[in-house]
Amino acid sequence: MHILLARGGLNVMTLLGTFPSGIAQGMIWGIMALGVYITFRMLDIADLTVDGSFTTGGAVAVMLITSGTNCWIALAAASVAGLLAGLTTGILHTRLGIPAILSGILTQFALYSINLAIMGFSANKAVSVDRYVLAVSSRYINAALITGVIIAVALVSALYWYFGTEHGSAMRATGNNPDMSKALGININSMKVIGLALSNALVAFSGGLMAQYQGFADINMGRGAIVIGLAAVIVGEVFGEMLLKKRMNFYGRLLSVVSGGIIYYLVVCVALWLKINSNMLKLMTAIIVVIFLAVPYLQSVSHASFKKAGKNSLKEVR
Amino acid sequence: MCAMLELKNVNKTFNAGTINEKHVLKDLNLTMEEGDFVTVIGGNGAGKSTMLNAIAGVWPVDSGAILVDGNNITGLPDFKRAPYIGRVFQDPMMGTAPDLQIGENLALAARRGKPRSLRWGFTKKEAENYRESLKILGLGLEDRITQKVGLLSGGQRQAVTLLMASYQNPKLLLLDEHTAALDPKTAKKVLDITKQIVADQHLTALMVTHNMKDAIATGNRLIMMYEGRIIFEAAKEDKKKLTVDDLMRKFSEVAGEEFSNDQALLTR
Ligand SMILES: Nc1ncnc2c1ncn2[C@@H]1O[C@H](COP(=O)(O)OP(=O)(O)OP(=O)(O)O)[C@@H](O)[C@H]1O
Ligand SMILES: [Mg+2]
Repeated sequence: MHILLARGGLNVMTLLGTFPSGIAQGMIWGIMALGVYITFRMLDIADLTVDGSFTTGGAVAVMLITSGTNCWIALAAASVAGLLAGLTTGILHTRLGIPAILSGILTQFALYSINLAIMGFSANKAVSVDRYVLAVSSRYINAALITGVIIAVALVSALYWYFGTEHGSAMRATGNNPDMSKALGININSMKVIGLALSNALVAFSGGLMAQYQGFADINMGRGAIVIGLAAVIVGEVFGEMLLKKRMNFYGRLLSVVSGGIIYYLVVCVALWLKINSNMLKLMTAIIVVIFLAVPYLQSVSHASFKKAGKNSLKEVR
Repeated sequence: MCAMLELKNVNKTFNAGTINEKHVLKDLNLTMEEGDFVTVIGGNGAGKSTMLNAIAGVWPVDSGAILVDGNNITGLPDFKRAPYIGRVFQDPMMGTAPDLQIGENLALAARRGKPRSLRWGFTKKEAENYRESLKILGLGLEDRITQKVGLLSGGQRQAVTLLMASYQNPKLLLLDEHTAALDPKTAKKVLDITKQIVADQHLTALMVTHNMKDAIATGNRLIMMYEGRIIFEAAKEDKKKLTVDDLMRKFSEVAGEEFSNDQALLTR
């Protein structure tokens, strides 16, 4: 309460008032994080394509909707565009032998031009909820929340099913042990390409949702999406693990990832409410990701630390 | 009736055209009949692993032909040879996926070389079969089917890999020093399981080992490799009569002065 009083202008009610919209937006990031989860956790690839394909999704959706296309068909088209982006990264990586990270960077770089071209070479394009029927909009937060939950549950269920099938299991094996996978007859290159395509389709789909929600597509809307996605994945996993403990199964894990996006965005809301300069958000996000990636590592190291062992040994040699 | 495995004048050179050029397999020929269990011995760098890698299709050979059960597989990459071949690697970590459950690993192996469809990847009915087959190992793993493989010891993982490699009735089982990374007691256990599985399923197997006693006591044929060629071979009764000293003598005949260097590498 100290800070609140000291700062005077801060009102808890204002903060709570931002939460519904924060949850809706967080859910859209969470859906994107499902895409990141596929590459990062299943294929063991940090795919930087997403910064570009998120914008691609937004650009395609907005351009199609403003030219009279149904918003759901526009979202489907956005997903296909993202799929093609992932396909490109996959082919650069598996057919041309370019390291996965660099392949993603190259596609993302190229997408900047392509995204501009999609938007008729302007840096942003508006799509007004007054003129078009949109899947989600910040103007109708309750409806957006319901739609968001339905979409998230549908996608989580679809992924849960897919990764339980023979094909999905083979993809999990590919990321976990490529040598074994090859010996078992799995074409690991095609698995990687399919995984990257699937992942970026999801990312572009959420980009299309985000553009509708905020009412415009912007050439920079995907900048840092990969970091936000990673934040959602690991924050979600940590909280999911804490909440569900032993009962954590794969379905719970996927739901955690979506929740991770929501938690991430609520933290952003709090930061904005604390009047932290919004330009500092990226620094903050990066720090969150570093902390969550580092803590498990440091914990494991502290259990087996040379310093500690050295100190303990003094008892014996003294 | 054709042979189960035929290597015809197989050649493989690494780093061709550089100063590191190394002609590892030299006009290698080998024929294995159905049910043959061949042990392979030879010093370090003789080309044993390279021969197995050539058969498994890790990379293409430079010349020669590789036939499995009459099928010419020379032009196929490794994952397309999987329907014919089961493999166990020297490194116990390489044959199983650590973050997947024991059952999931077995389910993946039960579909070796088959198209991966959108049918369920691990059914309840299968779990029962896997439990039965894990019992063969005698390691109590049948009660741990939902545990992650990463929790198992090296020996247990190697035993699971062996089981996986034997699923789907492979035409050929390739074992590359698969007990070398294990302690003597576990190594013996895994070798016993190997013999049992090969016998029970009438598999055709090729096993590399540095242990001469094992090489003599296991299987029906023995081959010795030296500098990319098979320099000695014994089968059936001849093989049974072999002693470790015979093999040492044979080895020194061809290897000459290098013998003293390499002798240490072949354990009795
Ligand atoms: N992928 C590769 N690239 C370059 N050289 C290789 C490669 N694989 C094997 N070699 C070389 O081929 C030779 C034979 O190696 P190989 O692994 O077949 O020997 P080995 O008989 O299995 O020996 P060991 O008993 O030590 O396992 C060695 O000189 C090795 O350096
Ligand atoms: Mg070897």
